[in-house]
Amino acid sequence: MNRENINSTLLFIGLILLQIIVLNNINFLGYINPYFYIFFIFLYPIRKDDVSILILSFLLGLFIDIFSDSGGINAAATLFIAFIRIPVLQSVIGKREIEYGAMTIFKLPFPKMFLYVLVLTFIHHFIVFGMEYFKWSKFGIILINTFLTSIFTIILTLISFTFVMRKR
Amino acid sequence: MQQIISFLYKNKLFILFLLLEVFAVIFTIQSHSFHKSKFVNSANFLSGGIYNKINNFKEFLLLKKENERLNEENVYLKNLLSLEEKDIVQHDMTVIDTLNFKQKYQYTGAKVINNNFRKNNNYLTINKGANHGLESDLGVINSKGIVGITKSVSANYATVLSILNVNSRINAKLLNSDHYGSLSWDNNDYNVVQLLDLPIQAAIYKGDTVVTGGKSTIFPEGIPIGTIKEFKTLNNNYEYIDILLFNDMSSIGYVQVIKNFDKIEIINLEEKSTNE
Repeated sequence: MNRENINSTLLFIGLILLQIIVLNNINFLGYINPYFYIFFIFLYPIRKDDVSILILSFLLGLFIDIFSDSGGINAAATLFIAFIRIPVLQSVIGKREIEYGAMTIFKLPFPKMFLYVLVLTFIHHFIVFGMEYFKWSKFGIILINTFLTSIFTIILTLISFTFVMRKR
Repeated sequence: MQQIISFLYKNKLFILFLLLEVFAVIFTIQSHSFHKSKFVNSANFLSGGIYNKINNFKEFLLLKKENERLNEENVYLKNLLSLEEKDIVQHDMTVIDTLNFKQKYQYTGAKVINNNFRKNNNYLTINKGANHGLESDLGVINSKGIVGITKSVSANYATVLSILNVNSRINAKLLNSDHYGSLSWDNNDYNVVQLLDLPIQAAIYKGDTVVTGGKSTIFPEGIPIGTIKEFKTLNNNYEYIDILLFNDMSSIGYVQVIKNFDKIEIINLEEKSTNE
């Protein structure tokens, strides 16, 4: 096991514990709990044709589901953003070629990095709330929940980014 | 064959993605049907164990409140006992015959180690399971009123379908008459549930008490639920009836699980008469 794998494993376990022990009980403004665990996907190294991110993101979501009794909602959403993260990154940068291996999102200028985080977070939260309510009549509530929770998650993500960047 | 394999290899990411996504959707659908969510629930060994650990810390903070609640219940039970004494004195003799003795309900004490009340479908996790005689479909109450119905059961833990779950339907009636309705939740306020299908013949007023009905085999009759907060009539029907719960669902500590020993007998009998 190299350093990268150990870091990823620690992050995986740490984020699950943080989510279920602390973040699921915040209930900011009554009902807003950030889904900060998707931080794992932002930080995971970007490789070409990477199968491991799909499996890990599925398991990550499934663990969150097991602890919050939500079926497979988080697993489906997390897997989806793990699958689309490279196409999203490509369109954010504006070119198809990515230097795999050397690429981290910290090398991006801030607006592009922010857009990348924003798009993935928003899609993830929309799938989570969409599958939880699963009714057209609740579409307004789904959007409001997605929007408010996304703000919270993105703020946490950006704060954590500054810590990670300082360490490097 | 060669082509199929190379096609699969080229699209391995997409195929893996589809496969896992299908699994996730299956888990989600299973969790909505009542008895099938065997795998993904917080009653299993790992999550139950972790929630138990967390709860041991949390419990310290709630000791005072819990003691007050216990004291309240003690006072209530002592009052009941003092009522009984009069009856006992009136009897000339006591017959102790174990053959005539019949226990209908068994209560098992349990502790809530995880509680959700903010979501669409809320579940609680309790620290008793199959080893303590629990099974699915048992009623869960505390001293203030009903809490929910057990769903998945593992060896040492069980999940409870909270009354704050859009899938939950519990038979309920008015305290002062025998009109029945069913209890459900519209996921707006965690202190307020709705009473559905109450016939218009039942005269109700704000502040009336609602208790569990004896129609289901899950709850005994007369367990308190809440008081009527608001209602509206439309076309000679009750459009909605909001019920303010006695229980504060955001803070549930110790609960009792009710096992009905007559349940199988009642269900068999009812099946028999529908088949005839």
